[in-house]
Amino acid sequence: MLEGIAAVLRAMGGWVDDRITRLGVASRFFVLVLLHSGTSFRRLFLTIREIYFVGVLSLVIILVSGVFVGMVLGLQGYDTLQRYGSSEALGVLVALSLVRELGPVVAGLLFASRAGSAVTAEIGLMKATEQLDAMEMMAVNPVARVVAPRFWAGVISMPLLAALFSACGILGGYFVGVHLIGVDEGSFWSQMQAAVDFREDIVNGVIKSAVFGALVSLIAVFEGYDCVPTAEGVSAATTRTVVTSSLVILAADFILTAFMFRGA
Amino acid sequence: MKRPIIDLWVGFFVALGIGALVFLALKVGNLASANMSETYVVSARFDNIGGLKVRAPVKSAGVVVGRVTAIGFDQDSYEAVVSMTIDGRYRFPRDTIASILTSGLLGEQYVGFDVGGEPEFLKGGDVIKITQSAVVLEKLIGQFLFNKAAEGPVQEGQGQNNK
Amino acid sequence: MITERPVAPRRRLAADVRRSSMLPFAFPGPLEGCRVSGGYLVEIEDVSFAYDNRPVLTGINMKIPRGRVVAIMGGSGCGKTTTLRLIGGKLRPQRGVVRVGGQVVHELDSGALYQLRRRMGMLFQFGALFTDMSVFDNVAFQMREHTDLSEELIRDLVLMKLNAVGLRGAQDLMPSELSGGMARRVALARAIALDPMLMMYDEPFAGLDPISLGVVGKLIRRLNDALGASSIVVTHDIQESLLIVDYIYFVSEGRIVAEGTPADIRASTDPWVHQFVWAEADGPVPFHYPAGPYGRDVLEAAGA
Repeated sequence: MLEGIAAVLRAMGGWVDDRITRLGVASRFFVLVLLHSGTSFRRLFLTIREIYFVGVLSLVIILVSGVFVGMVLGLQGYDTLQRYGSSEALGVLVALSLVRELGPVVAGLLFASRAGSAVTAEIGLMKATEQLDAMEMMAVNPVARVVAPRFWAGVISMPLLAALFSACGILGGYFVGVHLIGVDEGSFWSQMQAAVDFREDIVNGVIKSAVFGALVSLIAVFEGYDCVPTAEGVSAATTRTVVTSSLVILAADFILTAFMFRGA
Repeated sequence: MKRPIIDLWVGFFVALGIGALVFLALKVGNLASANMSETYVVSARFDNIGGLKVRAPVKSAGVVVGRVTAIGFDQDSYEAVVSMTIDGRYRFPRDTIASILTSGLLGEQYVGFDVGGEPEFLKGGDVIKITQSAVVLEKLIGQFLFNKAAEGPVQEGQGQNNK
Repeated sequence: MITERPVAPRRRLAADVRRSSMLPFAFPGPLEGCRVSGGYLVEIEDVSFAYDNRPVLTGINMKIPRGRVVAIMGGSGCGKTTTLRLIGGKLRPQRGVVRVGGQVVHELDSGALYQLRRRMGMLFQFGALFTDMSVFDNVAFQMREHTDLSEELIRDLVLMKLNAVGLRGAQDLMPSELSGGMARRVALARAIALDPMLMMYDEPFAGLDPISLGVVGKLIRRLNDALGASSIVVTHDIQESLLIVDYIYFVSEGRIVAEGTPADIRASTDPWVHQFVWAEADGPVPFHYPAGPYGRDVLEAAGA
């Protein structure tokens, strides 16, 4: 009996110990990436190429999801607002929910599953096929040459993707609200403009998405660089990237929101 | 994939993203209207500001002319001190009345300027002398019920207490 | 679609092959500043290494002379690859020193280590080509990373290296379009891109058909002699090695059990070497992984 409880406690302790150690390793890796970031900007094409893979190739999914999320917000928002006779506030509802929350968070989740997993798989495979070892033996630091450009590409791409997501969503909500349902176009835009503040809402949304971009990219490159160099190891690391990034985005969103919108 | 093609796509992507940001800033947000180049600050004292918040609009004749920048509490007079930044293009007489109003029945609260007739204008740092506090709905309803109970049938003279 | 280039029938190592000058032009530099510690480029003295608590190497001594091709042989998992990693500075020995060109590898800081690695070339087991780059870009990789050469000059050099391994025509292919033997040769061209003073080959013959195997083996020898480099070949392909190398170390369970020139090895009466050279299933290296009596295992399983 006592033995059983001790075993459970030991297992829990071991798990916590593991997590914390991993967090420490990831933090050290983060510092390493920052220290070796010079190459990413001196030879900008390395980063531009990765922006193509994580940003441009995520465009379609981000734009389409944005439009649909906005259209659903338009429908649902109208349904709720018209009960209180304030359906002209639809623009406010759509814009604020997208700019503050849904843009950064949903774009971040999509980014994690579309681009994050790809980055992990790519780096993991490079490790499994000894490409990273080969690079190191050729006196080229893989953190500078492979990891840092991918990290910075994520940090740069994510705010742009989130802004595109929000903009498409607002246009989607506008289409449904104004053209399909018949909310007055003037009040849709003017109420939105009166309620959405540039610094409080839009800049904070951009900051959020940049933070999410950094977190997802860091998790993605770390999981790839740290994976067990086998086929199973790479697939496990890819799964971990998506799961961990999604949870981290949601947790970080709560913390950032608590700090940013405390006053309002 | 050749380099010029990647460059082109990434350029397209970045331009699109920046375009979205500009769209958000100008069309969705209030960057265009909030951009007051020249401003001056006036303050006003209220007995009660109700639910007024920092960054609430200051309106005159329904037009936004400024924003509330700070709300403080005066320990000596037990009054609320509201500082407002006013667009430099607009000038108001010194006997302008500042009142705290509500947009709609349950909407956001804002500061309204009712223009007076004095020839001199408010300058930066001035204090608006005449103010009207916020209408507190609970107080109003309580008062109404109390009066109704005390006087029996009521014909007139209601609602002049506060506003 | 993709075929191996036909090659001449294999023949015993001949002097004319050795000295054929395939590379008419060599980079200046790689050999400068390394003229210390006598005729040995790599010296491994009393080196021990263990992963966690599992000893891999115990008290290894090796000397790799300049200009020679040396093979390290042994069964799988005997510590051959670990030896290469120690020389490349990827691992630190727990005891002893590894000297390359007179410098103690594990005492170098990362800058000096990277300087040293620029003068080493390594061929990985399966080539380890960068899968997102064409053959041309793979070979040009180090030149672009480490030199300021103009793109035209890099082009000339890359074509020269590719020509040396017979794959100039494959310059625009992607690694996924290459056969195993071609990938190995491209990796070889990439490894010699900066004309290294030391070439290391990790299982260069693994998984190759006999023709590709002969091609790669011959290339190792010819490139070594043309570059004036020294080479270390880690392999368990004894027949091919006997043809191309100058000296052989046999490693087993982390120790050197035999060494000598190919002639010595062929003539050796040592039972271990004999088992290895003639590929006998049982001998000093047992067929069975250590286990309890067979009968007991079977009976226990039946009783369960």
